[in-house]
Amino acid sequence: MKKIINDPATVVADALRGMELAHADLLDVQYDPAVVVRVDAPVPRKVAVVSGGGSGHEPLHAGFVGRGMLDAACPGAVFTSPTPDQVLAAVQRTNGGAGALLIVKNYTGDVLNFETAAELAAAEGIEVRSVVVDDDVAVKDSLHTAGRRGVGGTVLLEKIVGAAAERGVDLDGCEALARKVAGQVRSMGLALAPCTVPHAGEPSFTLADDEMELGIGIHGEPGRQRVPVRPADSLVPALLDPILGDLPFGAGDRVLLFTNGMGGTPLLELYLAHGIAERLLAERGITVRRRLVGPYITSLEMQGMSLTLLKLDDELVELWDAPVRTAALRWGL
Amino acid sequence: MGCTAERVAEALRAVARVVAEHREELVRLDREIGDGDHGENLNRGFTALVSKLDGDVPGTPGAVLKSAATTLISVVGGAAGPLYGTAFLRAATSVGDAAELDAGAVAGALRAALEGVVARGKAAVGDKTMVDALTPAVAAASSVAATGGDVAGVLAAAAEAAEQGAESTVPLVARKGRASYLGERSAGHLDPGARSTALLLRTLAGSAR
Ligand SMILES: Nc1ncnc2c1ncn2[C@@H]1O[C@H](COP(=O)(O)OP(=O)(O)OP(=O)(O)O)[C@@H](O)[C@H]1O
Ligand SMILES: [Mg+2]
Repeated sequence: MKKIINDPATVVADALRGMELAHADLLDVQYDPAVVVRVDAPVPRKVAVVSGGGSGHEPLHAGFVGRGMLDAACPGAVFTSPTPDQVLAAVQRTNGGAGALLIVKNYTGDVLNFETAAELAAAEGIEVRSVVVDDDVAVKDSLHTAGRRGVGGTVLLEKIVGAAAERGVDLDGCEALARKVAGQVRSMGLALAPCTVPHAGEPSFTLADDEMELGIGIHGEPGRQRVPVRPADSLVPALLDPILGDLPFGAGDRVLLFTNGMGGTPLLELYLAHGIAERLLAERGITVRRRLVGPYITSLEMQGMSLTLLKLDDELVELWDAPVRTAALRWGL
Repeated sequence: MGCTAERVAEALRAVARVVAEHREELVRLDREIGDGDHGENLNRGFTALVSKLDGDVPGTPGAVLKSAATTLISVVGGAAGPLYGTAFLRAATSVGDAAELDAGAVAGALRAALEGVVARGKAAVGDKTMVDALTPAVAAASSVAATGGDVAGVLAAAAEAAEQGAESTVPLVARKGRASYLGERSAGHLDPGARSTALLLRTLAGSAR
């Protein structure tokens, strides 16, 4: 394992120290328990939008803390959900009197820890709602399993709901909007090379030179299927077709297309894949009205990408375009 | 002879040593069908628990178990944090403020722990989780307690059953937790949480002898 670290046990705190210095104008970092909050928190009478999850997915979530997006992020250990203490501290620090909306990616650990935190916050008289994101079409959804993972759709949901909260939409409105976005966003990813969790020291799986994993999540876990690598022209449809078939998306739909890098894939390849995806969508009569390209929800240094499609209407377009000022997304401010 | 607060604390220190020794094994098992953090998560939690016990051992077995619960919930994270935390919390509630635990109380605490894990995680036997180890352990513990066994006997039976239960997860396709994302590919691997449950019970049994 080669990484720019000192000690696997302190990577998250060590990275937070750098982040705090790099973005002192946007965020404050609290270390025990670890919470990243926007500098001007709590914002009076604004719904606090709080998220969090394992570290290793940067810029998700701390890179999205700031005006127009998240009020706080709770970074867990690498690939491990944060603890209830962290989430509770985040809610306490950011509650401006209008309650808090927790955005939770659908993983057993995240759901259980956020659920416990929500109970603790409610016991303190803070109104808390939770919305679970589960947009990964690679996982078969079923009542009897843990269900789908939350992946790329989380980034879009945090931006859109963050914009609404900034405009003064109340807790009911923010919750309803979050459920709407979660209901019409779908994603799928692939990996060309695995990643190494610092404390594990070894790659999470091994792939031959001519193999790739289809249907991976963001935690270095193997995917549903190992297949031979192939040219981008047939690789992009392998992600896009299951997404389109799932919601389903069809001719006449307007969408936001998010082409995401997993951490180790250069923008050169991401733009190439994005171009193919746009062409395929145009062929199907689907209009791409907004796009996001880059590594925004990553899996350490994993080589690979994911595609996310969100069905848009005028409300969502407007909220997507609304000003945002965070470490990783910044426009209009 | 019953089980005092001091003995419960000693047993938990022993668990912390065993978790540290098996950290890599649990990480490896979790890497195969999960995300490779289970050993690290538990090691972080039990290390914190030992520091807390070094400072002060609460007065009753129930209070020691409660202290373990709050430490695990606030330090572990992941699925295992709330699940093991809830297990210890329910066990603590079930033993109340008794100064010593007899065989019946220990078996009852294990049952309460299982009920807590199921209430939080909603897993059933066969889903390939720690529930597959804990469920037969509770049954074995109860039957030994009911037939007049002592604390050591109850825990030895629980450990034995948990080890078999953990082994039984190997051929299963996971329906809960991260391993469920793998679908059929999760078969052929030992569930890390079931393995850690068996280790924990085996260690408790060893400390009770
Ligand atoms: N719903 C559940 N009920 C009971 N046990 C579960 C459940 N989900 C997972 N587990 C157990 O938890 C173990 C994994 O624990 P671990 O500490 O690795 O958490 P994790 O799933 O990686 O959490 P996170 O996703 O937040 O990182 C599994 O091996 C399984 O035994
Ligand atoms: Mg794990």
